Amino acid sequence: MSAQTAELTAIRKMIASHKRRDLMFAGLGFVALGIAFITFVALFVDMLVDGWPRLSAEFFTNYASRRAEQAGILAAWVGTFSIMLVTAVVAVPIGVAAGVYLEEYGGRNWLTNLIEININNLAGVPSIVYGLLALGMFVHTFGFGASVLTAGLTLGLLILPIVIVATRESIRAVPNSMREAAYALGATRWRMVSDHVLPYSTPGILTGVIIGLSRAIGETAPIITIGAVIFIMFLPPSPINTDFPFVSFDWLWSDFTALPIQIFNWTSRPDAAFQANASAAALVLVAMTLAMNGLAIWIRFRLRRRLKW
Amino acid sequence: MASAEQSLPASKHAKGRLEFRRSRHVKEQIIEALLLGAAMVAVLTTLGIVFILVRESLSFFATVPLWQFLTDTEWTPLFADQRFGIMVLLAGTLTSSAIALSVAIPMGTVIAIYLSEFASDRTREIWKPVLELLAGIPTIVFGYFALFLVTPLLQVIFPSLPGFNLLSAGLVMGIMIVPYISSISEDAMRAVPMALREGSYAMGATRLQTALRVVVPAAFSGIAAAYTLGISRAVGETMIVAVAAGQQPNLTFNPFDQAATITAYIVQVSKGDLPYGSIGYQTIFAAGLTLFLLTLVFNLIGFWLKRRFREVY
Amino acid sequence: MDSTFQRRAAALIVLAATLALAACGPRSADQTAADGGAAPPQVISLDGSSTVFPISEAIAEEFQMANRQLRVTVGVAGTGGGMRKFCRGEVDIANASRPIQKEEMAACEASGIEYFELPVAYDALSVVVNPANTWVNDISIEELRKIWEPQAQGVITRWDQINPAWPDQPINLYGAGADSGTFDYFTEVITGKAKSSRGDYTASEDDNVLVQGVANDVNALGYFGFAFYVDNQAKVRSLGIKATADATPVLPSVASVIDGSYMPLARPMFIYVNTKAYERPEVKQFLEFYFSSVGRLAGEVNYVPLPPRAYDLVRQHLAEGRVGTVFRGEPATAVSIEDLLAKEAGF
Repeated sequence: MSAQTAELTAIRKMIASHKRRDLMFAGLGFVALGIAFITFVALFVDMLVDGWPRLSAEFFTNYASRRAEQAGILAAWVGTFSIMLVTAVVAVPIGVAAGVYLEEYGGRNWLTNLIEININNLAGVPSIVYGLLALGMFVHTFGFGASVLTAGLTLGLLILPIVIVATRESIRAVPNSMREAAYALGATRWRMVSDHVLPYSTPGILTGVIIGLSRAIGETAPIITIGAVIFIMFLPPSPINTDFPFVSFDWLWSDFTALPIQIFNWTSRPDAAFQANASAAALVLVAMTLAMNGLAIWIRFRLRRRLKW
Repeated sequence: MASAEQSLPASKHAKGRLEFRRSRHVKEQIIEALLLGAAMVAVLTTLGIVFILVRESLSFFATVPLWQFLTDTEWTPLFADQRFGIMVLLAGTLTSSAIALSVAIPMGTVIAIYLSEFASDRTREIWKPVLELLAGIPTIVFGYFALFLVTPLLQVIFPSLPGFNLLSAGLVMGIMIVPYISSISEDAMRAVPMALREGSYAMGATRLQTALRVVVPAAFSGIAAAYTLGISRAVGETMIVAVAAGQQPNLTFNPFDQAATITAYIVQVSKGDLPYGSIGYQTIFAAGLTLFLLTLVFNLIGFWLKRRFREVY
Repeated sequence: MDSTFQRRAAALIVLAATLALAACGPRSADQTAADGGAAPPQVISLDGSSTVFPISEAIAEEFQMANRQLRVTVGVAGTGGGMRKFCRGEVDIANASRPIQKEEMAACEASGIEYFELPVAYDALSVVVNPANTWVNDISIEELRKIWEPQAQGVITRWDQINPAWPDQPINLYGAGADSGTFDYFTEVITGKAKSSRGDYTASEDDNVLVQGVANDVNALGYFGFAFYVDNQAKVRSLGIKATADATPVLPSVASVIDGSYMPLARPMFIYVNTKAYERPEVKQFLEFYFSSVGRLAGEVNYVPLPPRAYDLVRQHLAEGRVGTVFRGEPATAVSIEDLLAKEAGF
């Protein structure tokens, strides 16, 4: 009887210590989240305090100027917006297609391995090397010049690995039973992927797209390398015009500047008033990222709720 | 329907089905080719990068012997007395990355486990976006944050800390990388079927035990992918180190020193005043090539690890 | 089942068609004019030195506001980067904080590009210390050389090693990054050889960081452009420069640069204009505006404007088509405004 009680006590002690460890880890996790959160808040508050007073309607509709009070970010935010559009259009289809190929179609052969190693390696290439590549290839060889198109292509290539990795991981997460069920019904491979796998992996893909686009929007070095200008007082031509075919792609070929470049330029000016401008512009950039993220997160949230297996 | 089927001669019926299969087959092949094309874009990009880096580096190595490049202890291509020891820049890159990863990997993994195994749905759906917002802050903002906020704070603890230092840059870089690691790891962990967890709980395991012994091994491939991405990101980061660690090449592994990383050096030169085609300009390609090979080595190791330890369930 | 595929295929085809439209490239000015739309004017492009940028930017801004139908852009690729683009014909005007170098001259010649070399203003490199520094008010070039030459690395670490009258305290140095025109010029003038400098100092391409460094460190000594000194006079104090040990010290100021006494740390800034670009009426108009307003605007952004007769000379050179450089690929060290004018007049 006492042996049993002793054993019971020992077991209870073990359970208690395990539960304690559980609790400690939960605490640790909370602390870790807290550190990340505090950093975010500190950054944000720092930008907010400096930059909020500068935010006004004129800040968004003025061009840059050498006078700090008159300087605005019109050309910069339009440039960033246009570039992000091109980046998304480039990176998402190619990235998802590549991820699908590697997971569903590629076998365990040397080609797939080569592609996989390539992609992981590209994720680590510093953004400025992409800028150098783009300078040689897009600006000179293809003749696109220092345009919105070049910037979008460069950044699209830059975030391609992130989208591909996230796509692959989320496709891998779909249980094989789904695939087998589709095959059992006579679906072809593509039909199986597009109807059975992709819908379930969309949330994960969106994670990759979110992280990728957030990275791209803040990139300075590659855009400077391909020749973004710092001073520009006109916008790319409007995509909508009054003559046929009513949609124009001239804006792709236009000179441009972007928010990160504007920020970088303003922080290096001697006039202290520009620091406030830089903070305000940084706030706008973060807000744009937030908006982009928010949309994708909302979509992902809605889609994830339906996933249960 | 049945009568129409019966009225068709059998051969015509079969022929129709075969044709249908063939056209489906052709469609499938086209789609596969398109997908392969997309995947090859990655290879083409790598080829383009290697081509550019190697072409310029060749003319560099025609002047500077490889042995000298690898073993010289000073990096001064921009000064009158030109020395080309890549170890100097590598030291900066490795030190800052090591600091960053020693923050990012533990923190990222802990957060991923916490969000995936411990937190409630609502907590998770709030915190995951908040973390991803951290990834959205432009790196120059992080750089100035490190220089103007973190360094002075650290100087309170370590009064001898110089204004430019690797510690501050590394710490901030680490926090920047946390979302990459935590988000992708958490996705991988969430994908582990509940059945595995339930089995573990049924055996009396606590959440921590289930997380560490069941979920993490099962999600290993995803977590390894997240780590590899984080490492690559750390090694390739440019603006944070360029702004906060200084741009003076310095052979040191001491976090309390200022140093230049390979990336900071490349940015400095490509924005700067060196005439194109001069040996100083070519150094950025030699340095870039070194960085490229370094990340390649890390990725090969990560690839091998994934292959070896992947769980199939 | 197939209808989904058909829908997607249709979407793909539409996408491909629109991309094909895009791939046709930008519409030429004639094409757009023929369609009845307003032809977007050709851009007047400037690029190059970040030191000259504030001047060109101020002028470009005023010009744009007065001429909304024209288009000007200014980039900051660095003097080297700007000259490279210039000698490839990619940019109309190059901002340069130094004269064109021999390799660049060869590159331009190889591409068949001829250029006007036009001085626009002067910058006064300022040597500064912390306001609480009580022991030094002026410094000679010789003393600066002792501090900054390569042999001083790790050796000269205290103030009294340079001048026994100064205290036995550590000296902390702040200066331009090694890849800037400022660095090239300072080292050329101080040590006699461009880029020849000690490496153990706090270097930054962002002069604001240098200002902050000197402002927070009583033992600091730093150097950067005049504009950064003027805007931060509460935070740093400039030293008088003595060309020789017994010369009168001269503080950096607009006046001391103009009368030639602030030597040798005053340096000329240039723009290089592609002769073919100059044939375009909008570029002519821009340059005319440039040289009629630079006298006023350079001062506004804290650079030293040249005397009016300098700008008359420049206009004369433009009108007479005097292409090429007066410096023959050499750096413009210790060239006072008068020297420069004499060179230009004799060109």
